[in-house]
Amino acid sequence: MGKIHGAVVVDTERCKGCNLCVVACPTNAIELTQTEVNHKGYPFCHDVRPDACIGCASCAIVCPDACITVYKLKEE
Amino acid sequence: MTKEEIIEKGTVVYQKAPLMNDNPMHYCPGCSHGVVHKLIAEVIQEMGMEEKSIGISPVGCGVFIYNYIDIDWQEAAHGRAPALATAIKRLLPDRLVFTYQGDGDCAGIGTNETIHALNRGENIVIIYINNAIYGMTGGQMAPTTLLGQKTVTCPYGREPKLNGFPLKLTEIAAQLEGTSYVSRQSVQSVAAIRKAKKALRHAFDVSMQGKGSCFIEFVSTCSSGWKMIPEKSNKWMEENMFPYYQLGDLKDE
Repeated sequence: MGKIHGAVVVDTERCKGCNLCVVACPTNAIELTQTEVNHKGYPFCHDVRPDACIGCASCAIVCPDACITVYKLKEE
Repeated sequence: MTKEEIIEKGTVVYQKAPLMNDNPMHYCPGCSHGVVHKLIAEVIQEMGMEEKSIGISPVGCGVFIYNYIDIDWQEAAHGRAPALATAIKRLLPDRLVFTYQGDGDCAGIGTNETIHALNRGENIVIIYINNAIYGMTGGQMAPTTLLGQKTVTCPYGREPKLNGFPLKLTEIAAQLEGTSYVSRQSVQSVAAIRKAKKALRHAFDVSMQGKGSCFIEFVSTCSSGWKMIPEKSNKWMEENMFPYYQLGDLKDE
């Protein structure tokens, strides 16, 4: 079976840093920024361990602000 | 494999429903309203009812829902959304008509309209967001506030002798002859959201089949009103709200 790669793209300006996606992620691929903030002053979600992402879309499903897009690719 | 390659060659697993526009939502971080908005947009899109849906927005935090989902909307006076929905559905029976109300709007000021619209069996869907507090006005006690729960107007906790008991509007709705589908859902986890989406789809289908009123409650969080971080609010909801407001379908005919 091929390995599954996932990728998350976050609309950082829309993100409010509620942290619900980070809690929902089963592989700890995403985290909130520590020092950086967006224009509204919120820390935002970003992928700290992109290799860990399996493209399950849990983060995107729980995101109340609909700011996450998830892609998936199966390596043959 | 780089991220760019995955994006270029891979498939989209999840993206914002195209029916939702790019206006940033005004809700507090972690608010359950956002998730329910997404579900509504996704379900309407799946049903292909983009041009044939009319929503009634409430008074409360959810009032600006008309700014976020690109379907037809009508704003109602406080609590009067089911009455307005009745008129719209009777004039335009081929449209999907639903109201989106909070607990202050639906179970507080609008209890009368809600119960009578449901009892008449109007073919509308009432989406009821219950977060046990008045969020928009600053966290006052609502009819649905739990016993012992602290709010700014009951700082020592809700006391039944003084404030009465939390209102279970969904149970009342299930007793009415006019309702066809009554359900209580939540949106705190992936599994709960998937289940809630199915329930919402079913409610919309039932109302379009003309079988009667549908009432669907979403037990929600209000991080700002409860004064907790979103994660903790979800946990608090699971521990305190779910035993009183039990999830599941109450009626499906």
